[in-house]
Amino acid sequence: MEKGSAAVARTAVNVGRTDTMTASTWRWLATAVAIAIAAALPFWLRNYHVFELTMVMIYAIAVLGLNILTGFNGQISLGHGGFFAAGAYTAAILMHRYGVPYWATLAPAGLICFVLGVLFGLPALRFEGPYLALVTLAMALATPQLLKYFDTWTGGQQGINLVKPMPPAALGLNQDRWIYLIALLALLIAIRVAANMLNGRTGRAWVAIRDHPIAAAAMGIDTARYKTLAFGTSTLFTGVAGALSAFAVGYVSPESYSLFLSVSFLVGSAVGGISTIGGAIVGGFFIQFVPNFANDISDAAPWAIYGLAMLVCMYTMPHGVVGTIKPVLMHLVQRAAAARGNRAQRSG
Amino acid sequence: MSPRTLTSWTLSAAGLLLAGGLAYAAGQYGPGASDAEIKLGNTMPYSGPASAYGAIGKAEVAYFNMINEQGGINGRRINFITRDDGYSPPKTVELVRKMVEEDQVLALFNTLGTPPNTAIQAYANDNKVPQLFVATGADKWNDPKNHPWTMGWQPSYRIEARIYGRYILANQPNAKIAVIYQNDDFGKDYLTGLREGLGAKADTMIVATKTYETTDPTVDSQIVSLQGSGADTLLTAATPKFAAQAIRKVFDIGWKPNHFLTNVSISVGAVMKPAGPEKGVGIISAGYLKEPTDPQWANTPEYEEWLEWMKKYNSAGNLADGNNVYGYSAAQTMVAVLRGCGDNLTRENVMKQAASIHDLKLPMLLPGIAVSTSATDFAPIDQMQLEKFDGTTWQLFGDVLSGSGS
Repeated sequence: MEKGSAAVARTAVNVGRTDTMTASTWRWLATAVAIAIAAALPFWLRNYHVFELTMVMIYAIAVLGLNILTGFNGQISLGHGGFFAAGAYTAAILMHRYGVPYWATLAPAGLICFVLGVLFGLPALRFEGPYLALVTLAMALATPQLLKYFDTWTGGQQGINLVKPMPPAALGLNQDRWIYLIALLALLIAIRVAANMLNGRTGRAWVAIRDHPIAAAAMGIDTARYKTLAFGTSTLFTGVAGALSAFAVGYVSPESYSLFLSVSFLVGSAVGGISTIGGAIVGGFFIQFVPNFANDISDAAPWAIYGLAMLVCMYTMPHGVVGTIKPVLMHLVQRAAAARGNRAQRSG
Repeated sequence: MSPRTLTSWTLSAAGLLLAGGLAYAAGQYGPGASDAEIKLGNTMPYSGPASAYGAIGKAEVAYFNMINEQGGINGRRINFITRDDGYSPPKTVELVRKMVEEDQVLALFNTLGTPPNTAIQAYANDNKVPQLFVATGADKWNDPKNHPWTMGWQPSYRIEARIYGRYILANQPNAKIAVIYQNDDFGKDYLTGLREGLGAKADTMIVATKTYETTDPTVDSQIVSLQGSGADTLLTAATPKFAAQAIRKVFDIGWKPNHFLTNVSISVGAVMKPAGPEKGVGIISAGYLKEPTDPQWANTPEYEEWLEWMKKYNSAGNLADGNNVYGYSAAQTMVAVLRGCGDNLTRENVMKQAASIHDLKLPMLLPGIAVSTSATDFAPIDQMQLEKFDGTTWQLFGDVLSGSGS
């Protein structure tokens, strides 16, 4: 009898272990399949759709930056359009003025935006909530005018026309597909880096600061350092997205980076799920496609439709799409795993 | 040659001729054109800070609706696809790509704004899509050698400034000219055009120039400095807000130069009244379209026709808004080009017809001004007439003057 129940117990434990391995194997498999599909898409779709999806991924990286800062670290920013512009113009000026090849402009763009973010984050330490929002709003408002002012560098009102990245001849890709694949690679790296940071010590410190800054400080977290780091990391992501957008569009000008861009990032972030990584991708889709759908639905008042779409999303899913779906999915997965465990136990 | 070969050759030739003939009869079609319709693509800022120009797009929709109701173009209706780019170049690129690759438009028509058009110029030329009658005053659209698929419509800033230069040279050959201009391509185009109009005497006649940035709070110090140069003539190449400041300052410091003002800042409501209408008396600018509020056109058949169109097809439009005359006239130019294509509606032929407009007179262009293009002249309208502000409105005077480079 005892041998039997010991055997049952062992089986149950074994089943449990297999289930854990299966869950993560499933996740790995699903991710690999998703990446494979994403990489194959440009070969099935028409060029215009490839371009649209490239913009989705670029916006996703930018929104991911915002999620890190606002969702995980609780510092609101209405100025990320400005950092997006900084990345775009860094890439554009390096390519246009100094003949730097496009792939070599991503690192400088990211680095410069990181430094900008840290420089911005330091004084921003003094501000909380709505006051920080106002300070970052100032950044968004100033950006187009600053770009026009420093016109020897930025080309001023006329902007800078760029030669879009050409794929290596051996690969036989067209321009749109090549830029899509570059953006896809950048998005995957961005997600990996963000996940590593957020799941590690830095991420926990950020969340602690967001949820309870005084307790976090009392626990020994250097809030100033982590908050500044959050700002810099966030702007690094958004700056790289900006540089990619310069490749995809082939033209930068002050008009491209208005206040509305900053607002769009925040909208995309909130709709996708501001404290999630996957939500950034949903946000990218929202920013890219909803204005166009709104235009198709109503010629006269497309922005009213856009606003309505936002309201519906926030009302039905206050934590954003991914923020709402993820807990539900995890709950279902756990229940399924538990049920399987129970069945195994009973049958064993 | 054997009889069999001869027969087969003859039959083939006959077959080809027949097929060619049938094709000719059925019409040669590029993307966006068919027996039933012609697709045109357009982007306008219907939202955002430049949204006042959206009235132009609405006027064009209304005009094409009227043409369609009257039977279309050689029996084909115009499918005018216009979308909102909010004056943001990346949006323009996206929308234009969609119109070319998804909607497969025959041509782009009257896309508005210098940055938006700059963003799509390379794409349009690389893909051989006509980028016709762009709604901007920049001069760079008249470049058939490097951009054979891009064409402007309205007189460019440079053309306008050439007209001022030539007028000054002819009427005040001893004038001492000062120039205040916005420090970007818009302002620089005016200085370049003025110099071209003055010709060899440019260096001696222009005694002082000052620039301002759009981020500057005022232009008062520049005006004072220009007065100090002893100039008796002033050219103000400034956008509305700064133009109003300049007009006010010139009056307030007691300076009474011959004052020339750019056509973009002649709005009575947006510039002259805020400056103080009595301060703007005597200022000279130039126009090429009939102002809908100008009483001299009130009972003319052309105006009546425009008014009737406004009431029937564009009733939401403002009767005092010059943008409705602009859209009406630009649309008429496009219709003339499409009519000229006949049944050969390929992009190449559209471009060819657009580049061979001979002296087209439009009802709402000032009398004496006509639309003309050639393979080397992609500036359809290069004539303007001077007008003087009388405290209430702009009064046309003198002859129609040409600002063409040749």
